[in-house]
Amino acid sequence: MTSVTESRRPAVRASGTGRPGRGPDHGAWFLVLPALIPILVLSVGPLLYGILLAFTDAQSGRTEPTRWIGTLNFQDLLHDTLFWDSFRIGLVWAIGVTVPQFLLALGLALLLNQNLRLRWLARALAIVPWAMPEVVVGIMWRLVYNADAGILNETLRDLGLGNGHDWLSGLATALPAVIVVGVWAGMPQTTVALLAGLQNTPRELHEAAAVDGAGAWRRFRTVTWPALRPVALAITALNLIWNFNSFALVYVLTSGGPGGRTRLPMLFAYEEAFRYGQFGYAAAMGCVMVALVSVLLAVFLAGRLKGGDEA
Amino acid sequence: MRTSTGARVGQYAALLAYLVFLAFPFLWLVSTAFKPPRELGSLHPTWIPEDPTLDNFRQAFDEQPLLHAALNSLLAALGAAVLAVLIATPTAYVMARHRGRFAKAATGWVVVSQAFPFVLLIIPLFLVLKNLRLINSVPGLVMVYVVWSLPFALWMLAGYVRAVPAELEEAAAVDGAGRLRILVSVTAPLLAPGIVATALFAFITAWNEFFFALVLLKSPEKQTLPVILTHFIGAEGVADLGPLAAAAFLATLPSLLVFALIQRRITGGMLAGAVKS
Repeated sequence: MTSVTESRRPAVRASGTGRPGRGPDHGAWFLVLPALIPILVLSVGPLLYGILLAFTDAQSGRTEPTRWIGTLNFQDLLHDTLFWDSFRIGLVWAIGVTVPQFLLALGLALLLNQNLRLRWLARALAIVPWAMPEVVVGIMWRLVYNADAGILNETLRDLGLGNGHDWLSGLATALPAVIVVGVWAGMPQTTVALLAGLQNTPRELHEAAAVDGAGAWRRFRTVTWPALRPVALAITALNLIWNFNSFALVYVLTSGGPGGRTRLPMLFAYEEAFRYGQFGYAAAMGCVMVALVSVLLAVFLAGRLKGGDEA
Repeated sequence: MRTSTGARVGQYAALLAYLVFLAFPFLWLVSTAFKPPRELGSLHPTWIPEDPTLDNFRQAFDEQPLLHAALNSLLAALGAAVLAVLIATPTAYVMARHRGRFAKAATGWVVVSQAFPFVLLIIPLFLVLKNLRLINSVPGLVMVYVVWSLPFALWMLAGYVRAVPAELEEAAAVDGAGRLRILVSVTAPLLAPGIVATALFAFITAWNEFFFALVLLKSPEKQTLPVILTHFIGAEGVADLGPLAAAAFLATLPSLLVFALIQRRITGGMLAGAVKS
């Protein structure tokens, strides 16, 4: 936008810095500062501090000074089977939630993009989970899953499908049960993003393909999907990260039980830090989680991106 | 384009299935909130309470300091919303109007921060706030919320700024208005609806937030609603279902109402932010 640069020129000259278009001038810095300071103090700073902590023996409520212990935390972590169990559960959870979430949201977005009656209702309902506090979502599904007074077991009994389960405390059912809740809770963002992507697909192309006799599936494959792919890729990557870092839902639903079957890495690190006070060790866990997830994500994106280079 | 009747029926069936899946947990929450203890203990619960009652709500207020928690939540959410918007608007303006290293860096930060590892952030934040004596205090929590909601606020606001015609600002500059003056008296009024929507979004985010509140607020009289709600669930995971449902239902109403107000703008804002960056 040359016109904007043009209009700025008087201000630029007044503040004494030359050459427009070479990054922000003093005026811009002044505008950016209020956001920059809190970001540096409360997010970039703590992040670096957190990485440093991972190399110390920091503990809560200890009187001796904290010491550098090199990579000892990481060596311990390497042999901590509980952590790796938790990490594996975290991956199963993240993928188990993200994939159905994407497929269901895609289906819903395609439906909402059609000219159906009741679409307004579906659109409104589709984003309700987004507006709810995660804690309430957890509480709500506890009521649904409740062994005696829950609607799920009652429905199963009505349909003659057995006497029902104690879903959240069964060793085999707990993880699938919380995954369903995760899918439910994260659908809105995904649906909204995909719907936005769909509305950008060229309608004329769609109609041309239909005239040429392409069936619904072919039209989706050749017209819709190519246009939707960047959005789909971005939202899936974000969902993977969000889900891997998820905490509140499972904290409320099972607190990581039964027998650690749903102890996501975030819950594990939280307990390590704030129940047992092992700050250094928990920080090391955080570093490992971030590093491994970044690698997995890079592999996923590299495998899918092929050529495109948008951020 | 015509769609065959069969396909239409299939589409409606699918839409109905989605509606049921999305709505039934919430309806069940409402139903549970109005049931007397006798029905809650029944092995054959019904969708509609046979004997609807408000006792659960009364009991919920007796058991936990809900009003006080709501006040804490309100303070935290209002503080976060107002501060986030005040801080983000000038920066979003620069992001939208300047093309250059800074805008790229800011957009990059917005994207990366979405992947922020909370685990790695919360321990140092806890220690920093403890040293500043801001642990267990709502202002400390507000600071965290502001930074936490900044990325999305920047993203949305930058989109709204791009929607304001640059010609208006040029005209003001020709008339000799300074940068700050232009921002305050030309751009800000046009941005107002977007700013309100962004503030409300930050409000909901803070109102709903749980993890930071759980870690940073220790005493019950400082805790926010989501944290207090978990107190209804006992140590062994046993919960008094009626009051739990009643309290959860009440805690959701403000976010639902606010969300209903800004629903269109949020989706629009996401789009606008995504168009050019």
